[in-house]
This record gives sequence, C-alpha cells and structure tokens, in this order.
Amino acid sequence: MKALKLIPILALGVFLTACESLKPNVVVVLPEQNGHVGAVVVTPAVGGSATVLDKPYAAVHADAGGKPEAVAMDQAKVDKVFGQVLAARPIPPKSFLLYFQEGSDELTAESKPIFEQVFAEIARRPAADMVVIGHTDRVGNLLDNDNLALKRAGSMRDALVRRGVAADVIAIAGRGEREPLVATADGIAESRNRRVEISVR
Amino acid sequence: MNRIGGLALLLLSAIWMPAAAQEASIGKVKNASGAVFAERDGVRRALQPGDNLTQNDTIVTQANSAVGITFADNSMMSLGSDSVLALDRFQFDSTTNEGRFSSRLLKGTLAVKSGKIVQQTPEAMTIGTKAALLGVRGTEFVVRAEESQ
Repeated sequence: MKALKLIPILALGVFLTACESLKPNVVVVLPEQNGHVGAVVVTPAVGGSATVLDKPYAAVHADAGGKPEAVAMDQAKVDKVFGQVLAARPIPPKSFLLYFQEGSDELTAESKPIFEQVFAEIARRPAADMVVIGHTDRVGNLLDNDNLALKRAGSMRDALVRRGVAADVIAIAGRGEREPLVATADGIAESRNRRVEISVR
Repeated sequence: MNRIGGLALLLLSAIWMPAAAQEASIGKVKNASGAVFAERDGVRRALQPGDNLTQNDTIVTQANSAVGITFADNSMMSLGSDSVLALDRFQFDSTTNEGRFSSRLLKGTLAVKSGKIVQQTPEAMTIGTKAALLGVRGTEFVVRAEESQ
C-alpha cells in the first residue's frame, strides 16, 4: 500500500525534471569573447510577430504552432543543456597580417617573423586549412585592385606551398580596396592597406 | 607537333574534368567524435576531421557523437548527439563577402557562430526549425530542436 502511494509522487518528480532541463525547442544567445553581442530574430513557423534576442543569455522557448515564450537562462543552465555541443565548437580562425615592400611581392622585414608564426598556428590545429586574402590601397580603380589583391594572395599561397603546406588546404581571395585598415580618400597611397591576411582555421 | 599538342590537351582535360565535376567545398570538418555522417542523394559517408562538405549535405550524428565544422566564410557550427542538420544553401563571394547560408536543424543541438556573410549582410544566414525560423544578425548562439514529425 505504501509503495502505491509513492508512484504518483515519483511520476510527478520525473515530469518536473523533464520540464526543467528539457524545453524541447529553445534558442539562447551567448556572450561573445570580445563583449560584442549581436542578435537572433526568431520568427514562429505558424506566423506572427518576430522576437529579437539581443542580450547575453536572452532565450526563447518556441513550440511548433505557438508563439515564442521568453525563458530564463544563465551560464549554468546553458552548460548543463548545451555543454556537449559547446565542447565540439571548432577553434576560432586566427588571422595574421603581412605587409609588402612597395612595388614588390617581397615581405617587409617586420612581416617575415609573422610569416613564421603562421606555421606554428597550422601545426597547432586539427585539419587546418587557410584562406589568404589580398588587400590593396585606393590607388587605381576597383577592378585593377581586385586583380592586384588576388595576385598578392597568390604569391603568398605559393610561398606557403614552397614551405610544405598542401595546396588543397589553401584558398585565396582578393578583397581589393573594399576593406582598408586605414580609411583614406580614393587615390591615396597607404602602405598599411597593402597587405595580405592569412586566416588559419 | 599538332599531335603532341592534341595529346597534351586531352591529358589536360582528363585532369580538369573530375575537378570541374566536383562541387565546391563549403566547409571543413574540424573535429568529429563517435558516429558522424554526411548524407547526400541517399548516400551516407562517415565524416572525419579534414573532410569537405558541400551544399545539400545533411549532417547526421548518433548517440554520444559530436562534430565541429568551419565554413568558407569563417562561420562555425557544432552539432551534438542525435542531431540532424540540412545544409540547404551556401553561397559566398570571397571578394565582396556577399552570400546566403540557409540550413535546417531537423533535430538535436546546434551551436553557431556567424561569419563574414552575416557581417556583410545581417540575416543572410538563417536556421530553420520545425517551430521557428532564426535570422542571424551576427552573434554566437545555441539551438535545440525537437524531432520533426
């Protein structure tokens, strides 16, 4: 008789635990390393107004067929529910900036040791690949600078391959004058913008 | 000379053809533990670190499994156990940083950090679940979805 009385209480306990730790559909915004928090816009599949999540640990529970409901989340709860998937996050890409002597594809003296650091970073990562991105200053037109940026990236890729990096893990890109480190007016020569970025990931 | 030239051209096209037929890689597996697969056109292949992924791959993890992926625009995703993620659309122009990245989490847990596509065009990255569509304006977040019926 005693055992029978216990059954409903036990069942309720299991139910509460399931609710507490297992909201089936949930989205949680995380704080980023640099303190910047963006936003996720959650639009219910059934239609209706969207919810914007733009604070660290802002979260909604969205059931199919219902309106998203705010859920209280914190780091401890996130670690409990999402610990396994968070542990599987890849190492974030790391970027290295290399500068060129004017009118040549020869690195500046300051950039040569940076080039060596790239190899240490490649060695540290599982299944490393990289993208080499060429940039120019704003002398010349957009199309010419796109070509020049790609040429600079290509010359750095060749340098990596000569040092034993497999060609098939290197992608190249030319951003031309679109992403200056130092903002200038069009037509201005600026050595800090004549650079190649190697993003190791 | 002509014959040699023709032969060289033939050899060149033989080298080029398979590369042209292959679909572009949109991302690379960085870590995988347990049983992790990519499915495409009914064919399932086991995933290991270093493997490339293409648009229309569906990533599947089984119990006690996880996978981490870095995409061409530097966005990153990881999937936890018993999860299914369909990579429906990935386009990225590395010159302009413009693109689109649409995926669907059919079940399981997913951690996301957005990359250059979102930096250039907020909400150009979306993740669909059965319950809601998530538009990414540039952030790191986690999602859990119940199994689609």
